[in-house]
Amino acid sequence: MSKPVIETRKLTKRYDRVVAVNNLDMTIHQGEIFGMLGPNGSGKTTTILMLLGLTEPTAGEVRVLGLDPARQPLSVKARVGYIPDQVGFYDDLTAVENLMYTARLNGIPRKEAMKRIEEALKRLGLGEVMDNPVKTFSRGMRQRLAVADVLIKQPGMIIMDEPTQGLDPEGAHEFLNIIRQLKDEDITVLLASHLLHQVQAVCDRVGLFYKGRMGLSGTVEELARQYMKGGYRIELEVEGDRKAIERALQQVKGVTEVAYLGRNRYEVRAQGDLRAETARAAVLADGRLLSLNVEAPSLDDIYVRYFQEVEHDRVKQAA
Amino acid sequence: MTASSKQLEMSRRAREGSPWTGLWAVVFKEMADLLTSSRMRILEVLILLTAVGAVYAAMSQIRESIGRDPFLFLKLFTVSKPPIPSFVEFLSILVPLIAISLSFDAINGEFNRRTLSRILSQPIYRDALLFGKFLASFFTLALVLTVIWLLIIGLGLIGLGVPPSGETVARLLLFLLATIFYGGVWLALAMVFSIVFRQPSAAAMASLATWLFFLIFWNILAGLFANIISPVRMGLPQEVIAQAQWQIALARFSPTFLYGEILAALLNPAVRQVGLGLLLPLLPQGAIPGSPLPLAQSLLLIWPQFTGLIAATILLFALGYVLFQRQEIRA
Ligand SMILES: Nc1ncnc2c1ncn2[C@@H]1O[C@H](COP(=O)(O)OP(=O)(O)O)[C@@H](O)[C@H]1O
Ligand SMILES: [Mg+2]
Repeated sequence: MSKPVIETRKLTKRYDRVVAVNNLDMTIHQGEIFGMLGPNGSGKTTTILMLLGLTEPTAGEVRVLGLDPARQPLSVKARVGYIPDQVGFYDDLTAVENLMYTARLNGIPRKEAMKRIEEALKRLGLGEVMDNPVKTFSRGMRQRLAVADVLIKQPGMIIMDEPTQGLDPEGAHEFLNIIRQLKDEDITVLLASHLLHQVQAVCDRVGLFYKGRMGLSGTVEELARQYMKGGYRIELEVEGDRKAIERALQQVKGVTEVAYLGRNRYEVRAQGDLRAETARAAVLADGRLLSLNVEAPSLDDIYVRYFQEVEHDRVKQAA
Repeated sequence: MTASSKQLEMSRRAREGSPWTGLWAVVFKEMADLLTSSRMRILEVLILLTAVGAVYAAMSQIRESIGRDPFLFLKLFTVSKPPIPSFVEFLSILVPLIAISLSFDAINGEFNRRTLSRILSQPIYRDALLFGKFLASFFTLALVLTVIWLLIIGLGLIGLGVPPSGETVARLLLFLLATIFYGGVWLALAMVFSIVFRQPSAAAMASLATWLFFLIFWNILAGLFANIISPVRMGLPQEVIAQAQWQIALARFSPTFLYGEILAALLNPAVRQVGLGLLLPLLPQGAIPGSPLPLAQSLLLIWPQFTGLIAATILLFALGYVLFQRQEIRA
């Protein structure tokens, strides 16, 4: 892995009684797409605000691109683009005028700014409407405008809070493609969301947030392997001797459970994608393989399982 | 200094770069917004009508004294022809209204448009946003007032046919300056309310309520309090004077009262004393008669009031600054 661009150590934020972020250790590397996932109120937004120096941590350390956001907020904010949840623009101003204000706040000379603005707006498919007032824009267009807005400062990193919230499925899908393109330019992307299934496809790594802590982090596959023993569900349709086939499937390494579903259908629980191995086993047991399907564990499953365990531990500790 | 402001001070010292980075970007953008806004159109029409109306009325009253009164031009601003009030009477009402309308939604407007966190995630400090917005409102106010001022002088030149004397011009300039700073107090007040209240309408109501309080009730309350603090028991002259002094001291907490004193001294050179002589409605024509005072003397008279207005503006701005620094910016 390349060098870390965000590091937090025992980062904590307390509001009166509520502990919004609790001893958070998080590391994010150059060029990756990292998803901070968790339900509402789990501390994602608060963490982001501390990364940007927009809220002071109660305790702990933060480094963003090697800088301390509380001491060097200007340098951090000049290099990091931030798309807040429910991002807003000045409705009476045009897209270009809105972005020009951003450019001026970033101290970019006018000519250079105009060049970057046109480039960014065209790239996000807003070239046609760049001189229209933003009040005429749809939700999806505003969200794309928000991306153009952060691209003006040519950031090394972009932080997005709930980027797909309020978009229709198609809009959300389109937006995730935009995020992928950013990664191709070696821009690190940190996104926070409670819509797990939507963002899981786009993230290189995810961290699961719960009550101000990040309980789990890694690639979705890693998490599935660690956490969901037998997270993959493989379904085979095989003609042949049921006993022999069941025995053969059970002997495949990595299989945790085999069940007969009737009408020549078998369900196999496995720790990974064992389609090839189970198919071979079935064929070697003189079965005629008719169909083969695999269902990867979804992040939702992992999540549910994770919370069950956390809650379970808590209850046990309390007792 | 309280613990929290000390903390603020320390974190300020440790911060990188200037707190004013991006200030002018904010000022230009906000001024452009204000000058093209529809509220500005309404204000312009309102002000134009009152200026022309009041000056026309004053002109018909003072025309006969052309050539006899060396401060004729000042009368243009102060003479009324009932039921039409004089221009300064209009102004003392209009200026707070303009000022409040320029800044009652400064900060909460950004909150409600959800632009605040996007703007503050640019490489600027909150200081620049707040001060930039204040300056933009202040410059806009100054611009509007200067235009009216020029308009009235222009009308005066045409209508009276004599140019104002050098001293008159100096007095009028100071009057303009005082009016702008008087507006500054209300700008800063409305801005504080725009930080405190999330709803712009609530901020506007609070600002207007404060203004009405000072316009109408504070003088009455000052009288009541003075009577309690320093009652007139025997009817001795020194008791009456002591009570009046208390009343004035209390009344001076009102920016409206301070502005009234300034106007009295600047626009009526015959005024030799502010305060005691000017207890009630503070308009110049009711002042003590006497030979005109030189400008420097008039200025000396109202210097404390002048600095008082500026100090009030700074204090209110500082209050807003502290509140804004501690505010959570998430929507
Ligand atoms: N200004 C605040 N004052 C008090 N509590 C707050 C404040 N902001 C957030 N919180 C609390 O902090 C917790 C984390 O909130 P947040 O970071 O917004 O979570 P998320 O973004 O994951 O939904 C919540 O319990 C929330 O109620
Ligand atoms: Mg959030």
